[in-house]
Amino acid sequence: MNLSRRRFLKIAGAGAAVAATATGGLVALGRSGAAAAPRERGLRTVPTFCDVCFWKCNAIATVRDGALWKIEGNPIDPLSNGRLCPRGTGGVGAVSDPDRLRTPLLRASVRGEERWTAVTWDEALGYIAEKMQDIKAKYGPEAVAMFSHGLGGAFLKHTLKAYGAINLAAPSFAQCRGPRDVGFELTFGEGIGSPERTDIANARCLVLIGSHLGENMHNSQVQELAEAVGRGATIIVADPRFSIAASKAKHYLPVKPGTDLALLLAWMNVLVAERLYDQDYVAAHGFGFDAFAAAIASYTPEWAYPETGIAPEVIRETAREMARHRPATLVHPGRHSTWYGDDAQRSRAIALLNALLGSWGRKGGFYTPASMTVPGYPYPPYPRSGRAKVDNPDHKYPFASEAITTGIRDATISGQPYPIKGWWVYATNLLQALPDQAATIEAIQQLDLLAVVDVVGSETAGWADVVLPEATYLERYDDLNVELFRQPFVALRQPVVEPPHDQKANWWIARELALKLDLAAFYPWTTIEEYLDHRLRGAGLSLAELQTKGLVRGAPQPIYYEDGVPPTFPTPSQKIEFYSVQLEQKGFDPVPRYTPPDPGPPGAFRLLFGRSPVHTFSRTQTNPILAQAMTENELWVNASVAQRLGLATGQRVRLRNQDGVRSDFAIKVRATEAIRPDCVYMVHGFGHTAGMLRHARGRGASDAQLITAYKTDPLMGGTGMNVNFVTIEQEA
Amino acid sequence: MSRLAMVIDTRRCVGCQDCVVACKTENQTPEGFNRDWITYITKGRFPTLSMSIQSERCNHCDDPPCVSCCPTGASHVHDFGGIVLVDKDECIGCKACVASCPYDARYMHPDGYADKCTFCVHRVEHGQDPACVSVCPTHCMYFGDLDDPESEVSKLLASRKHYSLLPEAGTKPRIFYLE
Amino acid sequence: MTPIEVISTARSPVTDPHVHVWGWEIPVYLFLGGLTAGLMILSGYALWRGRRNPRPEASFALASSGLFGVGLVTISLGMVALFLDLVHKPYVWRLYLTFEPTSPMSWGSWILLLVYPVLALGVLLDPPRVLRERVPAVARLRRLADSDRARRWFGLVSIAVGVGLGAYTGLLLSSLGARPMWSSSVLAPLFLVSGLSTAAAFAHWVTPVPEESEQLARLDNALIVAELAMLAFFLIGLVSSTEVHARAAALLLGGPYTAVFWVGVVGLGLVVPLVIQSLVVTRRVAHTPLAPILVLLGGLVLRFVLVSAGQISHWSRL
Repeated sequence: MNLSRRRFLKIAGAGAAVAATATGGLVALGRSGAAAAPRERGLRTVPTFCDVCFWKCNAIATVRDGALWKIEGNPIDPLSNGRLCPRGTGGVGAVSDPDRLRTPLLRASVRGEERWTAVTWDEALGYIAEKMQDIKAKYGPEAVAMFSHGLGGAFLKHTLKAYGAINLAAPSFAQCRGPRDVGFELTFGEGIGSPERTDIANARCLVLIGSHLGENMHNSQVQELAEAVGRGATIIVADPRFSIAASKAKHYLPVKPGTDLALLLAWMNVLVAERLYDQDYVAAHGFGFDAFAAAIASYTPEWAYPETGIAPEVIRETAREMARHRPATLVHPGRHSTWYGDDAQRSRAIALLNALLGSWGRKGGFYTPASMTVPGYPYPPYPRSGRAKVDNPDHKYPFASEAITTGIRDATISGQPYPIKGWWVYATNLLQALPDQAATIEAIQQLDLLAVVDVVGSETAGWADVVLPEATYLERYDDLNVELFRQPFVALRQPVVEPPHDQKANWWIARELALKLDLAAFYPWTTIEEYLDHRLRGAGLSLAELQTKGLVRGAPQPIYYEDGVPPTFPTPSQKIEFYSVQLEQKGFDPVPRYTPPDPGPPGAFRLLFGRSPVHTFSRTQTNPILAQAMTENELWVNASVAQRLGLATGQRVRLRNQDGVRSDFAIKVRATEAIRPDCVYMVHGFGHTAGMLRHARGRGASDAQLITAYKTDPLMGGTGMNVNFVTIEQEA
Repeated sequence: MSRLAMVIDTRRCVGCQDCVVACKTENQTPEGFNRDWITYITKGRFPTLSMSIQSERCNHCDDPPCVSCCPTGASHVHDFGGIVLVDKDECIGCKACVASCPYDARYMHPDGYADKCTFCVHRVEHGQDPACVSVCPTHCMYFGDLDDPESEVSKLLASRKHYSLLPEAGTKPRIFYLE
Repeated sequence: MTPIEVISTARSPVTDPHVHVWGWEIPVYLFLGGLTAGLMILSGYALWRGRRNPRPEASFALASSGLFGVGLVTISLGMVALFLDLVHKPYVWRLYLTFEPTSPMSWGSWILLLVYPVLALGVLLDPPRVLRERVPAVARLRRLADSDRARRWFGLVSIAVGVGLGAYTGLLLSSLGARPMWSSSVLAPLFLVSGLSTAAAFAHWVTPVPEESEQLARLDNALIVAELAMLAFFLIGLVSSTEVHARAAALLLGGPYTAVFWVGVVGLGLVVPLVIQSLVVTRRVAHTPLAPILVLLGGLVLRFVLVSAGQISHWSRL
């Protein structure tokens, strides 16, 4: 204990001015806005939905004697089935988080020094509005961009669109699920969506490629994974790391990082060569199959062996296993898929493999999500802009279906095609989410305004001009969650307890800002309850009903082809595109083609990262409950490699990447048999440098810091981030 | 007289720690202390590996050494279901029970008394499952009466291969793991 | 060998990475309790045998009140250590609302209640002059204490309570079967013999009677030999038991406690004083406090080693 504390102080000392100056701001943060209220007695339950991740499970929070006690799954919720994941269960820690932002902060010195002046909301929003009006006058409203994550950004987006902003992006596309959705859109005409339309619960064979469900704690999916395992479904896992999912697998394929596409092509080759694919399905729905078959004819298991390290007989056996269970064989598309820069094509190969197995639209494969209609609020139309968005000029990435964060960043740095001078950042930590932190900082330095809304003071907040403290999800209303799922539902988030200090709900912030920007016309409602009730009444419901139940489920609908869902494929050919003419027309491979990955410098290890079941991104490390479940991340190093390098489990090391960047903090080694010798692995979200994250700062290492290189997906602009290599340096 | 027990399906368990977090919030255990925990055991050489995951806690043994060594009777077997409990107002903090537990399931509460899993007796007495069982997203945990042959736990133990932890320590543990 | 990696999320300060609930207080208490028990047994035996204080005043001779007085001090210091170890101190009176027959600690707490009156009576058998002159009742009691019969009976009581006290300190640990090092039936007699040995060493050091010096040196030599034998039985027992117990023994035989055990306990605490006192009783060297002091320190270190290593010893989870 003492040792680690001393070590921490040493690190903090070495961290120079940032740490020292942060204290000044924190003193100001100490001011509490909590008022003494008459004490509430007994138990009270409030239905709401979770916001620790984007899955948005419905939950019931319990208040005991006026204090938030616990939160449990809502039994009528189709997402959680009444059982939250550990992050959801630990979500109450968000309220008691000791590092919560408490009051609006205005930057008091140069950017990034984290010296602040505590101000009132009126001052903070007044400052922002004035800056925004200046930017509008000088550069046009398009010069204010917004980055957001999750449902909570809805009202701010509304205000910004009303102001005239058009450049709004989320890292969830170009840094996460974008390639997957594009790959499936190119093949089936539709993406995967969130929650994923994967029917794991009914799959008889589940194939996971680098997807580590169980560590990746998307609640419904993990529940269904357990269900599949419990039913004795065949699990096939290809992963450089022996993941939790791999431990449940009948076949674990320790694939060489970056060669998944070769494995997928070889699987498809076997299915076609041995005529094991669903010939009726392909004949009925497929387009360009013969050309596809010809294109993959050379990708035999023998060809794939030296690429992937997976023996030909294993590739054949697993392909046959998949065929045996089709169409209830689900080759999972994963979620975070920005790995190597060829990700949309890899995802397309996954889509094609599923097409061969006939699983799209079928039970045990991909269902067709059911929907319900809750009309939006009738707002006046947003102002029209004559300018194009900056993130993807001239459609450089022709298949990008959402805005590209890094494209906005590039435009901010270059000023092309037009200057970007203001950033709004809502609940996303760009410095940990985007690759190449130096570029993000360079972009920030071009700005006239960086406003950050968050619950805790992330690294990105540390660079802001204004930091706005948001009420946690347990203290606020949000927009409705109208969910597409097996059975649709509409759900309400409502406050369970009052914010403890001067934090405000995002809708309040958005509305106040709109008023300051003379955009009152866009807020015909005064209170959020008014807004919500109006929307719900449009769907024949009421706020009062949702306040009591938390959610209302829509009518069940057929979700499989076999139950009557008509097979439709909104692609150019209106069929499943085994051969993609639109890709060909834009100069890309119409059928995925394999290119070997860069092996990296000799002696270096490919840096891989993933998720922990107890944390979400870099947002939860100061949550005191979740921090107890996992305080810092570890570096997985193959046991033989560790022995050769003289590393033991528990020893602290620093990492240096191919560009000479050294990790700010030391990370504990986990010498383990459970990973290939050519790569190392860590959980994302640790190694915080933010001065305001006192309880997370310096714990573990940040993969984001070491991801200086990235490979952009030419189809859709996603940033492949598993292209960095590190060497391990022992701490003296 | 019933004998409450827990049966945990290690095949379904993903080791996500939801049981650990749920215990923490339900029972408001002090920071840094856990009444339940996960053990991950990985065997073999890459890539020929196997892993077992166990959600562990007090085994509420039929023959609890923590009860027999307690000098004040603070550690006792509760009438309801044979749950092993600590009465904090009788505990003098001698720590013998902590040392007596082969599972290291007990800890000293910062307020001075020995503390551990209670099988969430405050919930169980009202017909609810313990928090860890009720929260588990993989449905890998079952709770019920061993003396009732019709209970889910009895049926599972009758039909599936299972093991318990350190049976050789002779305490007759009542947490069972399905293989 | 198949590699096995065990990762546990268990994190509680007293069990991570292994149980360490007892620090210095318990070994000190066990040592002082054992010493007190030994003093009660030795003095009790002398009284039972009809021995009397050859000095005109109360002294540290076996049949006088001095050693009982020392016992009062040592047991009280031990109780202080024990009390300091308790974490829920305001609740200590709970010990005396119940008797838990399966708990050696409950036995111990009641035995301690008997120890005090016995030691106090022992002091009154041969009360120091100050006490006699100031408190007339004490002087009257002395006439009763002069009775041979009363002295013999009291001697037996003192032996009985002393044996209870001395053995319970060993039983206390050996009843905690979760710690393989302690699950040995030799532990109780070992602690009893060690307590006797330290008491003999102390008495040898302080007795004003030359013949007693001689006798106690010889007795202590015999007790040291017995203790060495007990230690041997203890280790052999562990090693020849299950692998778990053998691993526990390995902590002393080839692990972190090997040096302190062999040098501190066996070497300096037993063998060296045995050699010195063998030379003493064969008249090759004069009586020296060095040997008894080493025995006393050895007894203390023995408790430290066994309490500390015992907590590390563990039933493997594999």
